[in-house]
This record gives sequence, structure tokens and C-alpha cells, in this order.
Amino acid sequence: MKEIKAIIRKSKFEDVKEALYEAGIEWFSYWDITGLGKSTEEQVVRGQIFQSNYIQRHMLSIVVRDQNLEKTVNAIMNAARTGDMGDGKIFVSDIESSYRIRTGESGPEALYNKEKEE
Amino acid sequence: MKKISIAIMALLTLTSLPAMAQGTSAGTAVAPTINTGDTAWMIVATALVMLMTIPGLALFYGGLVRRKNVLNVLMQCFVITAVISIEWVACGYSLAFGSSSGALAPFIGGFQWSFLHGIHIGDLSPYFISHSQPSGEVVNGVPVMIGTIPHIVFILFQMMFAVITPALIIGAFAERIKFKGFVVFSLLWALFIYNPIAHWVWSSNGWLAKLGALDFAGGTVVHINAGIAALVMALMLGKRRDYQGHAIPPHNIPFVAIGAALLWFGWFGFNAGSGLAADSLAGSAFLATHIATAAAALTWMLLDWIIGKKPTLVGIATGAVAGLVAITPASGFVDVTGALIIGAVVSLVCFFMVAYVKPKLGYDDTLDAFGVHGIGGIVGAIFTGLLATPAIQAAYSGAFYGNPHQLIVQLIAVLSTIVYTSIGTFILFKIVDKIFGLRANDKEEALGMDESMHGETAYTTFD
Repeated sequence: MKEIKAIIRKSKFEDVKEALYEAGIEWFSYWDITGLGKSTEEQVVRGQIFQSNYIQRHMLSIVVRDQNLEKTVNAIMNAARTGDMGDGKIFVSDIESSYRIRTGESGPEALYNKEKEE
Repeated sequence: MKKISIAIMALLTLTSLPAMAQGTSAGTAVAPTINTGDTAWMIVATALVMLMTIPGLALFYGGLVRRKNVLNVLMQCFVITAVISIEWVACGYSLAFGSSSGALAPFIGGFQWSFLHGIHIGDLSPYFISHSQPSGEVVNGVPVMIGTIPHIVFILFQMMFAVITPALIIGAFAERIKFKGFVVFSLLWALFIYNPIAHWVWSSNGWLAKLGALDFAGGTVVHINAGIAALVMALMLGKRRDYQGHAIPPHNIPFVAIGAALLWFGWFGFNAGSGLAADSLAGSAFLATHIATAAAALTWMLLDWIIGKKPTLVGIATGAVAGLVAITPASGFVDVTGALIIGAVVSLVCFFMVAYVKPKLGYDDTLDAFGVHGIGGIVGAIFTGLLATPAIQAAYSGAFYGNPHQLIVQLIAVLSTIVYTSIGTFILFKIVDKIFGLRANDKEEALGMDESMHGETAYTTFD
């Protein structure tokens, strides 16, 4: 089992969500994050101009069975890309164990819907 | 239907008999009466002015601060509304509009109306602006005139002005003042700064009123007064711990927009109500207020667009407030052309102050209370002296209409207010700071005023 953490542009969220659905990933978590970067944005407040290097992005966390790793990563890569700086990053790490709270199932069994997925 | 009409006619005739008799016996005018139209409008206008402080100013300022300080700003607006309202009936109204004797009379009222002692609900307001009626008395060969609304409605209307003035100062020291010190300071400031200046300008005994200073709805009494106090407070209190000479982004711009819109709306009561009657002058003041505000909002937006590359919502909202401030003293004296000029000029001047002068001088007027209200009020007071036209009120004209003397009077009013307010605010700061403490410590400031002063957070993570 792997966890995919992806930092993506907020404006690309809907595209990524659709691509993940198409790849068979129906559930994941996401949240707003703020980071710091080299590039700065100009902000104007009441005529005073100042530089801000705070970057607003979404972070997605998706836990998949090993066999689904590649297609999930590809789905995000393709859907989140604009070609400009700041498209984001994807990190993959091992997951030791997982449980489905409702049924008590554990391991890869807890990660997919048997009726819907392969 | 016909019977009802006859009955009403008969009733009207009967009820008018005593007045007719009184008029005949006195041999002068009919006894003055409350005008229900004027009274209805003034009650509405009073409510509109209250709307300016809470929620208008509270949201405008609340949106401009950081999320950790928003409740503190809302709370300050609420507590000022409560404290100053009580101060006003206790002695504030009497000090501002009552009379004292001897050398003090031009500078401060007395205590004869403390807790509204001796004022009855049926009493007519002794103050009037746009129209009035003879009281039946003649003093020194001149008939005594009297207003057309109840005295208590005038007191209430003026109460809302007394409330919003210290509330405007909040913008200068937001994000770094101790709550207890703030409450005491605001109360003392209302007593010792607001009340005398209101007396100078608006009381019939006031020295600036006698000099002929024009301030229709509070450009000098409210905005210059609060703006200068704001600058003094910002300088005395020092910068916020993390202020580096640039603006800190507002945490909730929709709040800013709602607050500014409520201010714009409530200001119709503020300015159009200041004629104290529902008449054509009220309509004219309403029109001037609206047009100056529109012009100022657009001017600021254009400046933003040209200099900052994009038209911002904070910019157009700030421009609107600057326009409202500047037209306030002039609203009952200028026509539409005057309103357009005032609106355009005030945004140019205030934008320059806020965007260039403030960063250059390095003082931390958190939300530009001085830059917008102080400077906007000064622009408004001076332009009243230039643009007042006899076409609106025949008795008043400015320098552009052949009366340069008016400009000199306006400058005297502006300068005397600046001197009195700055010295008075400085002294009050020293006293309150010594006894109660005014500056929040580093830890409190870093944690945010909401948590450190009130133990509350605006945006909780709990369901």
C-alpha cells in the first residue's frame, strides 16, 4: 500500500478529481495549504505595493493498493500540469497498515470497493 | 364614506380650536408643534447612524485586521456604543449642547441636562437647521425660533454621532491596545475632547458656531477630531511588533465590502438627517453625499488601477469612505458640481497620504484612520469654505461664490480642532497609560487580541 501526497494548483483541482475518478480512485482527502516559495507575487493594499511569497495550494492524500500506484500518479501528473512554474509536486510513501472502520477489514482489503474495482 | 369625512373634518376643527385660541390670545404665531414627518425621518436617520458603528464600521475595520484580531475590533465597536450612549445621557449631551455661564460658555456646556433632567418627552428641540417655527416668544425684538422635532429625538440623533466618533479612532491602534485601557481612554476622550468640540461648533453658544464655521454633519467635530486623535494614538502607542512599513493584508475583504456598504447606507442618515427635517435640504444633502461618494470611490479605483495595476475592492471601499468623510461638512451647502469636485479631490489626497506619506514617515496607523478620516475631514472642511453655494442655502456661500471670509473661518475651525485634539489626546494617553496601561505586551500581541483580551476566537475548528 502506498500513500500519494500531491500538491497541486487550486485551479487544477476539478481536472485532477475527474482524472482520478477515471482512474478508479473514488475517495481521497484534500486540504488547503500555504507554502513559501522563491517566486513572489505583488500585492497591493490601499496603494501600498508589497511582495508576498506565500503560495496557496491544495494538498491531496490518496492511499492506494500497490497495483494502482502508477496509474494514479499518471492521472495526477497529466491533469495537474500547465507547464508553468508552480505546478506542484507528488510524493509517494509506504503505508504500513490500513483498516476500514465500518467492517473491521484490514490491509489492502480496506482500500477498495470489491463490487466496483478490480 | 361621506359621513367619515365629515366626522374627520369636525374632529380636526375641534382639535385646532385651542391652538387657534392660543394664537389669537398671544397675538403672535401659532404655538409651535412637533412635525410628525420631520420626527419620523429623524428617528429613521438616527437608526441609520447607529448602523454605521455597528455593524458598519465594525465590519469595515474587522475585515481589515488579521484573523486573530477581528473579534477585538467588533468588541471595541460594541463597547463604545454602550459606554458612550450612557455617558451621553449622563452628562455628554449637557456638556456638548447645554449652556454654562461666563467665560466658559463658548467652550463647554454645563450640567443642567445631566441624565436629561428637566427634558420632557413632549418638549421641542431647541435646535434646528433647515426649518423651524416661532416659539411665540420675542427676545430683543427677534422671535425665538424652535425646531420641529422632539428634543429627545435630537438628543438620540446626536448620541449616535458621539458614539461613532471615538469608534473611528480604533482604526489607528487596532491589533495592539489593551482592552481596559481602551475603554477608559474612549470614555475620557468623549468627555474631554468630543463634547467640547461639539459645543464649539454646534451649540448656539459655541465660539466656532458664533464665528460662522460651517460643519453640516461633522467634518470637523467627528472626522478631523477623530482623525487627529488617531494619529496621536498611533504615534504614542508605537508600531505593531511585526510592522515593517508595509500593509498587512486584510483577513476578510468581503467584511470590508459589507462594512463600507453599510457605512455608505447609514451615512444618508448622518448627512441627510443633519438638517433635522424631512425637507428639500435633506434631499439635497442626500444627493451631494451619494454623488461625492461615487466620485471618490471611482477616483480611488482608477488610482489603484493605474498605480497598482489592478482595481481592488479594498481600494474602492476606502475611496467610498473617504468621499463620505469629505462631503460630510459640505453636504448641506454644496450642489452636485461641488460634490463631484470634493469626491474626486479627497481620493487623490487620501490616496497620496495612505500610499506614500504614511510609508515614508513610518508611523503605524493600522487601518488609516488618520489618512482617511483626518485628512478627508480637513479636505472636506476646507472645500466647504470654497464651494458652499447660496443655491443650496441662501445664507451661506464659500470663496468661489464671493465669500473668501468663509475659507478663513473654516481654516480657524480646522486648526483649532487640530491643536486642541492633539494636545488633549496626548494628555489623556499619558494619564490612562500610567494608570491602566494602554499597550498590549509582545506576548498578547503575538497571540492576537481575540485570544489574549477576550478568550475567544473568530474562526473555531469545532463544529
